[in-house]
Amino acid sequence: MNSHLLSLIIFLPLAGALLIGTYPRIPAGVVKYAALAFTLSVLALSVILLFRFDRQANGMQFQEIYSWIPALAAYYRLGIDGISLPLVALTSLLSVVAVLMSWKVENRTREFFIWLLVLESSVLGVFCALDLLLFFIFWEVEVVPVYFLISIWGSGDRRHSATKYVLFTLLGSALMLAGIVSLYYSTGSLDMVAIAGSGAAIAQTLLPAVPIFFLLLAGFAVKLPVVPFHSWQPDAYTDAPAAVTVMLAGSLAKMGGYGMIRLCVSIFPEVARRYAPIMLALAVIGIIYGAAIAFRQTNLKRLIAYSSISHMGFVLLGIFALSQTSLVGASLQMVSHGLITALLFCTASIIMDTTGENDIRRLGGLARQMPSTATFFMLAGLGALGLPSTSGFAAEFTTFLGSYSSSEVAGIKVFVLVALLGVLLAAAYVLWTIQRVLFGPVLPVFNDSRDADMRQKTYCGLFVILIFFVGLYPMAVVSIVQNSTAGVIKLLGG
Amino acid sequence: MHIMSIPSALIWAVWLLPLGAFALISPLIRPFPGKAEPASFISIGAVGISFALSLWILASVLQAPDRQIILHGADWLSISGGPVFNFGLLIDPLSAVMLSVVTSVSLMVQVYSRAYMHSDPSYLRYFALISLFTAAMLGLIVSSNLLSTFAFWELVGLSSYLLIGFWFHRPSAVAAAKKAFLVTRIGDVGFLAALLVLYTKTGTLDITALNSPGVLSAISGGVLTWAALGLFLGAMGKSGQFPLHVWLPDAMEGPTPVSALIHAATMVAAGVFLVARMYPLFQAAPHALTVVAIVGAFSAVFAATMGLVMKDIKRVLAYSTISQLGLMMLGIATGGVWVGIFYLFNHAFFKSLLFLGAGSVNHATGTFDLREMGGLRKKIPWTFAFFVLAAVSLSGIWPLAGFFSKEGVLAAALDKQPVLFGFALLTTFLTAFYIFRVVFLVFFGDYRGSHGPHESSRIMLVPMGLLAVPAVASGWLNANGGFEHFLGDGATHGFWSGFIGALAHPLALFSLLAALLGVFSAYTLYIKRWISPDKVKWFLRSPYAIFTRKYGMDELYENIIARNALYRGVFQAADWTDRVVIGGASAGIASLTTGAGRVLRRFQTGQIQLYAVAAVLGMTAIVLIALVRG
Repeated sequence: MNSHLLSLIIFLPLAGALLIGTYPRIPAGVVKYAALAFTLSVLALSVILLFRFDRQANGMQFQEIYSWIPALAAYYRLGIDGISLPLVALTSLLSVVAVLMSWKVENRTREFFIWLLVLESSVLGVFCALDLLLFFIFWEVEVVPVYFLISIWGSGDRRHSATKYVLFTLLGSALMLAGIVSLYYSTGSLDMVAIAGSGAAIAQTLLPAVPIFFLLLAGFAVKLPVVPFHSWQPDAYTDAPAAVTVMLAGSLAKMGGYGMIRLCVSIFPEVARRYAPIMLALAVIGIIYGAAIAFRQTNLKRLIAYSSISHMGFVLLGIFALSQTSLVGASLQMVSHGLITALLFCTASIIMDTTGENDIRRLGGLARQMPSTATFFMLAGLGALGLPSTSGFAAEFTTFLGSYSSSEVAGIKVFVLVALLGVLLAAAYVLWTIQRVLFGPVLPVFNDSRDADMRQKTYCGLFVILIFFVGLYPMAVVSIVQNSTAGVIKLLGG
Repeated sequence: MHIMSIPSALIWAVWLLPLGAFALISPLIRPFPGKAEPASFISIGAVGISFALSLWILASVLQAPDRQIILHGADWLSISGGPVFNFGLLIDPLSAVMLSVVTSVSLMVQVYSRAYMHSDPSYLRYFALISLFTAAMLGLIVSSNLLSTFAFWELVGLSSYLLIGFWFHRPSAVAAAKKAFLVTRIGDVGFLAALLVLYTKTGTLDITALNSPGVLSAISGGVLTWAALGLFLGAMGKSGQFPLHVWLPDAMEGPTPVSALIHAATMVAAGVFLVARMYPLFQAAPHALTVVAIVGAFSAVFAATMGLVMKDIKRVLAYSTISQLGLMMLGIATGGVWVGIFYLFNHAFFKSLLFLGAGSVNHATGTFDLREMGGLRKKIPWTFAFFVLAAVSLSGIWPLAGFFSKEGVLAAALDKQPVLFGFALLTTFLTAFYIFRVVFLVFFGDYRGSHGPHESSRIMLVPMGLLAVPAVASGWLNANGGFEHFLGDGATHGFWSGFIGALAHPLALFSLLAALLGVFSAYTLYIKRWISPDKVKWFLRSPYAIFTRKYGMDELYENIIARNALYRGVFQAADWTDRVVIGGASAGIASLTTGAGRVLRRFQTGQIQLYAVAAVLGMTAIVLIALVRG
């Protein structure tokens, strides 16, 4: 049953990029509409995927398999399951928003949208590829658009941040490549699903399982990012143009979590179990460490960047707690964080654009001058601090519960109890930020600040609806995810 | 008399109606909406119907088998091979009583607010938030699952945050709002941990299941104690018990009707309610119950001492609330559910009346400062009358409501924890003293302010009058043992024998004596001035200084812990590590990067189509070579 839906989803943005690239005379005003049309079509196809996805079935769906490089047994193999589908949908949604956020880009408009579209294609490719080589190529391609997007359209020390991003990613993926190559020589296959299914049968030809596990993990740890491999992240998030920050934080970071589940845990369940305490320790450190540093930030975007490190710690916690519920929690958290962080960065960029100020110490009283933006910012903040009824609570509670009750890892209860403090810290830095930016006396310097316009209200409102929808009805996501996570747990022999 | 049992859809409606009012009003919120009268009618209408339904529920529960109505709702979460959480409703005498308290006080407060908030530009936002609060509070009361209790628990915290910070241009209000949310969230972390422990041990968070002997006996004693303490930590945060009490006095920054509803009558009592809700669990963990008693008794005296010296009428009432909540905790820990909840029930009425009275005084004088009041009994006679009734009730003087509930707490404490009984008796004395200090300073002597005082409008006085009825009489509901019988197992007896007979008990005379002594001391100092308050102040200067500085608790939390230990300590250290250690390590990589960066930059001048192709081809080539060569 070969449907071409996934290929269409992956390559539509690329086709858009080629179209814009090959007709240089298209006026800038049209380019953005073209980009919007392409991203919207992808979003529409993703929505079709969501509806056509069989929530009762196990295994991969919408598979496409073509022989690609027979000498390597490399196939053009696509497919999605409950773990990747929400991320595909999230990415296509965020891409539309990224285009809308970039409506006012005037510098080299054409190139900007080309790179944005290429970025979308590569990320979608990562989530859909089931062949290690294909996966890796998509993974690598993503670096190129991000590099140009940050270094040309960014702000601050953008060249440095872009280069740092590229170097960290390449370093991580070089190790990952070594892992993939070892895996290939150990199994003779590049089929991600088949390798995972025969996990125990890996021949010990090239490298033992442990180093392969860590080689693969390196690439994902940088991407998530796991403390201490995160130092590219605050720079990149801060200096990237707002739309790209939304993509980086909302979508690209999930490539890390996704890779860990799909490759590290699925292929090496025993190794994952053995080293889980280390990963859990890193998770908890990340949760507390990111939150602690967020307090010290004066740049609004940088503060959100550190809060993001803290929140991605919950993903790591859920993954390496290795229970059905904790994996569902991690998946929920990836979706939830994607929505909440995107809304935080969207509203932060509206505030920073109109006030021309990114220093929290000089902002204040904006709730009067820009009430809609303030409301959106607050709602995003409430999601970030895990208020019940937002997706943040549903995800974090499920992760906590699944981790605390997990029987796979000894001593996990202590990790979880420490991680709970992250929720308290999040409340503190979120409310403190709201206090400093939105409340207090009205500052006359910002009297000319314009509130969000219709376009901005539309996408912010959409995020708010989704955040509360997932929070009030988490089953919408859980029913997609649960069979696939159960499949991963089965590999653990649990 | 047989009453038709309430249909289940209407039980759902009790909390969904205020939620609907919120949903209806909130999209209209604009910063300066002008006239917004309809919003208040929607909100008041919703809570009015909820109040009527609550009474119906109360009547239905009396007739229901096992005095319990359980409604199964939707599954909020149901993971295959994982947990299932159903959001349903649990109606029993406890939740039925709480429903009536919350809806009636909310109704009165909202009517009062129509006048009190009349000229506020954010009138609409006010009513939206009051509705949100009412819905969340009602949801908390009726939920049948500890997880949804927790969800509503945090949502009332959110509405409290938004209402304390209602005037968000005032830095003090915003700071107080943040403080309230964060301090209560410390407790919520305990609550959350308890949920994790209980679920892991029992596989359920259903309240009825958790309270059943079978499930409780399956949990080992130590774990059960920790779980109970976790729940109680949550209760301490919400109910402002030591050492998590610091947020409640600051919460007085909110509009006064909000203080009456949320920070006196209902939300702060949620902690007491939680202990009552999970009482079988607490009973199975006797050590935890002892902690509840000790924390309650200590908070009662501790807060009362600060109430003695406050110069702001609302602050006195706030400390009084902490103190009274402490007595409820003590009562519930020593005497069981009915003792604590009966106290909660009576307190809700007289304390909200005291707050509404304070609001009315504020309308008359434009201040909350006791030093700028005086002699108001002639100027605002109705407010005076209501306020004094509530004050007498709070003091626990026969035959007003407060007497009967205080009786229950004292008797239970004497029986189980004689030392803590001493605390409770001392609190009785202090309570009578500080509240009559307020009465005498506000309504007697000469007017010391500059404003021309005038009585409040009827829209404010009528709800106060209606609250005065239960403030006087709600205690009589147990004169025949009826309340105890409803919530517990006690037998009923004749009304008059209980009403008058209560006085015959030596304990009653003791507590009455303590209360009258308190009133008399205040009379001595503030009316007769046989002894000048200043002389007393000088004589007791060191305790006085400690009380006015709130035992240094604010200093400890805000300055020593938050500002120095965390912000300038741990957080700065983490930040330094990040910049210097981890940043430095990556700078090592960065020196390597300058070279690479230069190379990359050179390509940037050409055609972008070229980069893309080159990049993709390059990457692919690298991979292929690597794979083929091994």
